[in-house]
Amino acid sequence: MFFHWLERNPFYFASGVSLVISFAGLIEIAPNFEQAAKPLVDMKPRTVLELAGKNVYIKDNCMSCHSQLIRPFKSETDRYGEYSLSGEYAFDRPFLWGSKRTGPDLHRVGNYRTTDWHEVHMWEPSAVVDGSIMPTYKHQFTNKADIETAYAEAVTVKNAFHTPYGDEFIGTREAWNAYRPTVIAQAKTIADDMQNEDVKKAVANGEVPEVVALIAYLNSLK
Amino acid sequence: MQSNTVLEYDYSVAKLFTYTTILFGFLGMLVGTIIALQMAFPGLNELLGEYSTFGRLRPIHTNTVIFGFTVSGIFATWYYVGQRVLKVSMAESKFLMIIGKVHFWIYFIAALLATISLLFGISGGKEYAQYEWPFDLAVVVLWVLWGVSMMGLIGIRREKALYISIWYYLAAFLGIAMLYLFNNMTIPTYFATDGLGSFFHSVSMYAGTNDALVQWWYGHNAVAFGFTVPIVGMIYYFLPKESGQAIFSYKLSLLSFWGLMFIYLWAGSHHLLWSTVPDWMQTMGSAFSVVLILPSWGSAINMLLTMKGEWQQLTENPLIKFMIIASTFYMLSTIEGPIQAIKSVNAIAHFTDWIPGHVHDGVLGWVVFMIMAALFHMTPRMFKKEVYSKKLMNLQFWMQTTGVVLYFTSMWVAGITQGMMWRAVDEYGNLMYSFIDTVTVLHPYYAIRGLSGVLYLTGFILFAYNIYKTITAGRVLKEEPQFTTPMA
Repeated sequence: MFFHWLERNPFYFASGVSLVISFAGLIEIAPNFEQAAKPLVDMKPRTVLELAGKNVYIKDNCMSCHSQLIRPFKSETDRYGEYSLSGEYAFDRPFLWGSKRTGPDLHRVGNYRTTDWHEVHMWEPSAVVDGSIMPTYKHQFTNKADIETAYAEAVTVKNAFHTPYGDEFIGTREAWNAYRPTVIAQAKTIADDMQNEDVKKAVANGEVPEVVALIAYLNSLK
Repeated sequence: MQSNTVLEYDYSVAKLFTYTTILFGFLGMLVGTIIALQMAFPGLNELLGEYSTFGRLRPIHTNTVIFGFTVSGIFATWYYVGQRVLKVSMAESKFLMIIGKVHFWIYFIAALLATISLLFGISGGKEYAQYEWPFDLAVVVLWVLWGVSMMGLIGIRREKALYISIWYYLAAFLGIAMLYLFNNMTIPTYFATDGLGSFFHSVSMYAGTNDALVQWWYGHNAVAFGFTVPIVGMIYYFLPKESGQAIFSYKLSLLSFWGLMFIYLWAGSHHLLWSTVPDWMQTMGSAFSVVLILPSWGSAINMLLTMKGEWQQLTENPLIKFMIIASTFYMLSTIEGPIQAIKSVNAIAHFTDWIPGHVHDGVLGWVVFMIMAALFHMTPRMFKKEVYSKKLMNLQFWMQTTGVVLYFTSMWVAGITQGMMWRAVDEYGNLMYSFIDTVTVLHPYYAIRGLSGVLYLTGFILFAYNIYKTITAGRVLKEEPQFTTPMA
């Protein structure tokens, strides 16, 4: 019998298993790969500050409780806005759809929340939303966002995947030093709408507290 | 070659992995219980500032129980079962002994460092694949070492036909290798520039919808090849060994094994129903999920029928009880999954607590019960000691079974409540509830789930204590028991 033979020949057995388990990936993932990699027309990638905010979002694992995927149901589009399109995610590495909504979806949170709302909310969520079970994120007001890493990320995706960042994105220290003020300038526009004095001071000194980057990112989710 | 003497198997590596199974099991479940309680009592997020928020702790819980507890359990049982069914001792090959020990120490050190990295928020962001690239490399190394160790032992085997358990261990090795490699393909930004920014940071090779597809092809099948395949391999060895009964049907084993191999991976896209992946992929995921009932129930039924005519053992031997309830929870979980994968059900269930509910009836009821049963069977044979206390075993069994039942019932109610409230509309078609209403209503269920965690964790501590006492204070056994594990 074929199987008795197979069970005495580990090499063929392992090859058989490998063959059988590779079908699904090939047939389900490969054919649509190129199509799904396309961005929406004229879509701009996130700024360095927003990328840094995205990395804060990942560091504190916001996606363990918040989704970024509005499903095509009326109950969802009424609550969160237009349903999500594949092309909108084309620059998201990694994707941040999440798998659990302990809190609400955030894919279009930039349309209906403001900088000062986020500031109060991140400091003490239950002060804004009565009954909220979200932790406080006071440490984001003192921790500094890693904007240099965010810049390195922009350069990497530009070189590796042709993400449309400008010619000034070069992976050298000089280029980063030259670009840094642009990041701080955007951070200032966020800090201007905030109340926290320490945050304002830090930004004035050329540093970016995590909360500033995070809010820039959340505001960009539209 | 030894001809007439009984083989002395070498359990030194199996013992080491047994210790880490218990250590990581305790840690992972402790953190799990804490984060469960945080959802009922959010003040608990503030214990250690940023290091104790739900977001930071949750990957520690999941990764510690997956890559710490379960993977340790797989290795521990492999280093025990492998030798015995291949009829060859590790001590016969110096090379394999060294590989086994190196395998353990690289594993242990990498697991510890990776856990610490998560505490500091060093994360790639994808669920169950958060480890950043240096730790991914360590995972690759230790996986290859396991492969060498396994292939090596198979290479020098005396028993030429590979027993069913070996099929499953082999498949687990191959499956995880393939999935882990593809899903964790990233580019370290530090090396892609002139050393700018963080050493640890990397970007995924895939973006958006593609990244989601690769991730859930991985995420779903990490469950397949981590939580299902090797655990089925274990029960195929330990249930016949403990009960003295032969496997009910070879043909059913064949059908279940090859069926599981072929079908499981297609089901990954059921995690992405109603998302932006193409409709045909979603439907495919849905359909294959339902077909998946066949091989899953095939294995479980094969196990239950193996006990045919010997059901009195269920009352006499708590170890049999653990394995039979594990098979039963496996059946529950593998019918629940396909139900959730039906598109209309998924529209309500997705994003709710019903999903963690489903995961936990599978993991707590099936995976952990089976691994604990395996260790209870192995420890007396590895250390030549009688199990310290049957009474404690029974107490543990009922505490943990109650824990699992409380977990999934409370999460069923919570999930369906939440799913229905999100979509509820009044007579004019307006949404009836603001989001926070759907959170506060869940408080009692979160509290019940917290309680279930405390029960389950306490049971696990009893388990650890029982194993510890068996090793240190159990009555010495003169010869290895053939079937039923002796217990005091």
